[in-house]
Amino acid sequence: MPKLTRNGWVTLIAMATLAVLPPLLLWSGQPFYMDLASRLVVLAIAAVSLNLILGFGGLVSFGHAAFIGLGAYAVGIPAYHATWGGFELVASYNGLFHLALAIGVSALYALITGAISLRTSGVYFIMITMAFGQMAFFLFQSLDVYNGDDGLTIDIRSELPLINLDDPLQLFILSYLSLAAAMILVKVIVNSRFGMVLQGAKGNNERMVTLGYNTYLYRLVAYVISGTMCGYAGFLLGNFTTFISPDMMHWTRSGELMFMVILGGAATVLGPILGASAFVLLEEFLSSWTTFWHLPFGLMLIGVVLFTRGGLMGLFKGRGR
Amino acid sequence: MDYTLLFVQTLNGLQLGLLLFLVASGLTLVFGILDFVNLAHGSIYMIGAFICASLTLWLGNFLWAVVIALPVTGALGFAVEKLVARRLYEKDHLDHVLGTFGLILVLETGAHLIWGPAGITVPLPAWLDGQVELFDGAVIPSYRLLIIATGLAVAGGLFWLVNYTRLGMLIRAGASNRTMVSALGIDIATLFALVFALGAMMAGLAGMLITPITTASLGMGGQIIITAFVVIIIGGIGSMKGAFIAALIVGIIQTMGRSFLDQGFEFFMSENAAETAAPAVSAMAIYILMAVVLAFRPQGLFPPKVR
Amino acid sequence: MDALLRVTDLKKTFGGVTATDGVSLAVDKGGIHAIIGPNGAGKTTLIAQLSGTLKPDSGTILLNGRDITLKPAYARAKLGITRSFQITSLIMDMSVLDNVALSVQSQSGHSFRFLKPARKIAAVRDAALGHLQQVGLDARADMVTSALSHGEHRLVEIAVALASGAQLMLLDEPMAGLGADEGAQMIAFLKTLKGQRTILLVEHDMDAVFALADCISVLVYGRLIATGTPDEIRNNADVRHAYLGED
Repeated sequence: MPKLTRNGWVTLIAMATLAVLPPLLLWSGQPFYMDLASRLVVLAIAAVSLNLILGFGGLVSFGHAAFIGLGAYAVGIPAYHATWGGFELVASYNGLFHLALAIGVSALYALITGAISLRTSGVYFIMITMAFGQMAFFLFQSLDVYNGDDGLTIDIRSELPLINLDDPLQLFILSYLSLAAAMILVKVIVNSRFGMVLQGAKGNNERMVTLGYNTYLYRLVAYVISGTMCGYAGFLLGNFTTFISPDMMHWTRSGELMFMVILGGAATVLGPILGASAFVLLEEFLSSWTTFWHLPFGLMLIGVVLFTRGGLMGLFKGRGR
Repeated sequence: MDYTLLFVQTLNGLQLGLLLFLVASGLTLVFGILDFVNLAHGSIYMIGAFICASLTLWLGNFLWAVVIALPVTGALGFAVEKLVARRLYEKDHLDHVLGTFGLILVLETGAHLIWGPAGITVPLPAWLDGQVELFDGAVIPSYRLLIIATGLAVAGGLFWLVNYTRLGMLIRAGASNRTMVSALGIDIATLFALVFALGAMMAGLAGMLITPITTASLGMGGQIIITAFVVIIIGGIGSMKGAFIAALIVGIIQTMGRSFLDQGFEFFMSENAAETAAPAVSAMAIYILMAVVLAFRPQGLFPPKVR
Repeated sequence: MDALLRVTDLKKTFGGVTATDGVSLAVDKGGIHAIIGPNGAGKTTLIAQLSGTLKPDSGTILLNGRDITLKPAYARAKLGITRSFQITSLIMDMSVLDNVALSVQSQSGHSFRFLKPARKIAAVRDAALGHLQQVGLDARADMVTSALSHGEHRLVEIAVALASGAQLMLLDEPMAGLGADEGAQMIAFLKTLKGQRTILLVEHDMDAVFALADCISVLVYGRLIATGTPDEIRNNADVRHAYLGED
């Protein structure tokens, strides 16, 4: 299948560039680009997770940023208590503990909100996931003990065995390897029998139900996998920025994630990475140009929606309008 | 139990609910009839507020400012429909969401450029700034009563419009069968633009009414849109009646939750725990309500008849 | 002999409209039973209740003696009922083979299997190809479904129904939108299924109905006004009245 090989090559080249370029820039004395790359990679993981249910499953979740926030707070809150005391049950700098907390809380949150949201479809589903995302935002905003809106700063990053997250290069490597793993995981899932059902349900849910599939369950499982992966991205992001605030969960963040997925090309493996890259680079470039960068950015987004089909990957595949 | 406080807070809840209805009605009208999801509705609410605020400061008269700002906001809605929304109708809901999300960024940055980062505070004219004592100890700002009266009047007007006028009949017909209506020679395009403009005006009105109490600020649109969505989800997307009832419920719960939840919690928690838990739970209250409603009725409380 | 499908006094009302008004019928195994009736008679509503998409207000549906009246739609396939749709309901951006393969896959327990690439599982792939061969479309197996003609879509729908392994196939207007040649092809193919599967057919196309059906039921305003062999129905006064008006 020639088309797949071409995508495969593009993917390989893109990932290789991503692996090599930032470290090179770091060693040549430009640490800023390493930071940019780390942020890009972490957001890409979140976008890949969203793509599983959005691109391949057709589930338009507008509340995915909540998982990023949950994962980040899973680092922030234990670190806060370890530094300032209180809530001994979670006070800890242990990275493995943070990781387990991030994954556990995200999975639980995904299970509960997914179980409710997936009973609806179409535009209801979009709005409900948005509302749940905001609920998480308001919840953390109301927690004065963690500074609410002003956010939490951690002085000490998660302590992991063998890896020192204070070293930007090691953080980048961990994030990069995580991204590669996430991409492989999504690819395997999508091509499995489970993935076929998910994709079939995206194409025609009623048909799948008639065939005998309880699509609600399949979608719920996909939703939980997606949310957990995104929570992991939050764990990485929290460690990267060391500043954790409810703003990470705001619905506009979810919108940006969705844009990365759509812009890059939904339902492809590389698409979310391209989208995340485009977003991060655009944001960087435009914001250094003007503080009002949201304006050209918004216009661009409108343009993409109006005039392209399939996003950047679609352009690669030759399906642009 | 402080009954006066309860009464005052209920009135507060009613006020909030009616303002929410003004915003939600436009949203649900546009979705019900145009099948269009408009995230940018909150931005129009914000811009309406800013236009009115600027006019008030310029003209020195709040009432005239509202009178002028209303059609201006309507015109803005009309323009948005013609330039952006119209091109998105034939696409699927996801595209609506993404396109209007981009529109929010454009409108909010535009507002930032025009009015600056700080908000605008508008003082109430003296004749509206009074207080009314309804009964023993219950003192209500008269402006609040005005808002409630205006909200009810608009709701009544909408009900009359949709059910008893020719325009309303066209709107209802267009909702159930677009092709048929346009085949009958009715200019669907203009009809839709008018509906959009009407929704915009109501959202703008809500923004204008609330400005003297709070401020016209850049973030207000983002804050109200989600609540408006929760309202129409609970009420049933596309249903005016649902939007009205749900808006009142949400308004009251939000207001009551903030005031009374900590007292309620203190029945079975320590004061400290209640102080932390209450704001958190009241922040989540309307979402919990939404989840509960959806658990039993995934289509909302009063879903309109299926097309 | 006990019927494969036995429907007893099925009722369904929407608002003021009684779509199904006490329908009772029995479908024997191996035959083709057709349901005909003027527009608005409630044929699709009946099929929807049989396939589980709609819950009847009252009455029972027995499949092989087993009460399936309240069973959800996704459970009925495993119990032996499948349905095709009046408006083609395939997964357009997947390949033809994928569509049939999903049907095959649904038979083997659950699909919470994450590791093996689904398209490489020989058993599923071969079975799906076999069904496509049956309808004569194996050459199209790897094409994207949206590229096929309408007539070919209708055949793929049948292949998908066959692949589900269900004994009872509910076919909702399989002839819909087919031209003369394609229609003849479909009729010929459906004939080959006699004895292998049991078919309950809803149709408007009278040529197809009289060519295929062993038994015909006539549905008018939600009520079955006649059931019998094609000859009996042809000569039935009530039926003529319903279709042709005053005699």
